[in-house]
Amino acid sequence: MSQHIRLDPILCDGFGQCAELLPELIKLDEWGYPIVSDAAISASLEPEARRAVAMCPRLALTLERRRERKPAGAQR
Amino acid sequence: MSALAVPDVHLAAGHRLLRGTVYAEPLPDLASRRERERMLAQVEASGLAGRGGAAFSTSTKLRAVARGRAPIVVANGTEGEPASSKDKVLVAADPHLVIDGAVVAARIVGAEEIILAAGRADGRGLVALERAIAARDDGIAMHVAAVPERFVAGQETALVSWLNGGLAKPTVDRPFERGVHGRPTLVQNVETLANLALIARHGADWFRRLGTANEPGTALVTAMGAVRSPGVGEIELGMTMREVLASFGGMTAMPQAFLVGGYFGTWVSARDVLDLPFTDESLGAFGASLGARLLIVLPHDACGLAETARAIRYLERESAGQCGSCFFGLPAIAAAFESLAFGAGEAEQAIERLSQLVPQVEGRGACALPTGATRLVTSALRVFAQEVDHHRSRRCCGPSHPHVLPIPDVTDEWS
Repeated sequence: MSQHIRLDPILCDGFGQCAELLPELIKLDEWGYPIVSDAAISASLEPEARRAVAMCPRLALTLERRRERKPAGAQR
Repeated sequence: MSALAVPDVHLAAGHRLLRGTVYAEPLPDLASRRERERMLAQVEASGLAGRGGAAFSTSTKLRAVARGRAPIVVANGTEGEPASSKDKVLVAADPHLVIDGAVVAARIVGAEEIILAAGRADGRGLVALERAIAARDDGIAMHVAAVPERFVAGQETALVSWLNGGLAKPTVDRPFERGVHGRPTLVQNVETLANLALIARHGADWFRRLGTANEPGTALVTAMGAVRSPGVGEIELGMTMREVLASFGGMTAMPQAFLVGGYFGTWVSARDVLDLPFTDESLGAFGASLGARLLIVLPHDACGLAETARAIRYLERESAGQCGSCFFGLPAIAAAFESLAFGAGEAEQAIERLSQLVPQVEGRGACALPTGATRLVTSALRVFAQEVDHHRSRRCCGPSHPHVLPIPDVTDEWS
């Protein structure tokens, strides 16, 4: 089991706070919308990941448990 | 040819669809669990995969929905791909076969409601479905839905959203879990359902008599561009591209490239694929798939960049505008591609800009539209590399050539 950040791209309005709170896994595109890494959240990053999810003004982020890793590149 | 007109129909020997088939014998009632399991096993053994674009295993999809309570079946004949007519032709020619397939699907998954969806502008299809429903009694509630004519409206989640009274825009929901009225919903393309009906009648072994081991059966194909008799035909999967085109009367000019799959699809060089099978397996090596089974032949004297620029602008205008990467990314990509295709001496900058934009858009968003647009861009830059060089030196190869890709008007209807 591993944990990942899941983005609802329809809800997202590009506030961009998530990329400040979790730059290791979230970058912004040139319009300010998050590009979320598909990588598993490491134990050391979990507190920041939880904060990024909780702080999203649009509630567009969730933590998702996955049994196995999806192929790389399945980013939203 | 207008994009929404139903073109000529081509029938080859051994064809299974477009025959106006109406069976006298009733469909198996699949009343017991054992019969349903046996039918599912037949569907699995047939290897039937979705004919709407994603080629997902039909038996897997049926099993996923069969687990839920009070499911609903949606026959998807919306065919939003603007140059494609194969589903419209099928629904008009074979409404009973499509409904047979929907009934079989409903009996397998335990659904008591079937929705037959077609595009609002598809008058022939809507009438054919209404008449067919009136002429039969399957003991299952059925009705016809006339869906807004939008590129993304036939995407499963968008269709479910619209059927639930919302806009015909994609969502992040999973219809097989929560679909129409919140119930598990099986959305199947009409050609898939027609094949399902034939499998239910004739079995998996019969189905596999045509096609390849990995891609059994036949395919309805819309062919246009530099072909002698453009229209819809049924081909056997595994035929070479050359054989497929021969069934449309052959080509009218030296081919430069093929657009395979749809506007959502991929350009492939004619030289590379002309003698390869028209299958996902062989086209996959060139980053292409059969997709919506559209095949457009670009003649040697047309400009692939100009054609692509028009198609990408169309895709951009069809964006639901819900996701940032699509809302901002597609107009930027369309503008950059137009300046590559039509600009004066802007090719270098345009290519640089496209190389920044594509990775920012590819694979993002709630539906596959942005990824489809980037695939079209990337394949165009690869296949038309020589034209790109011409445009670099300010020489467009065929700006005055008549348009090859039909671009329909974009409506503003989402509901």
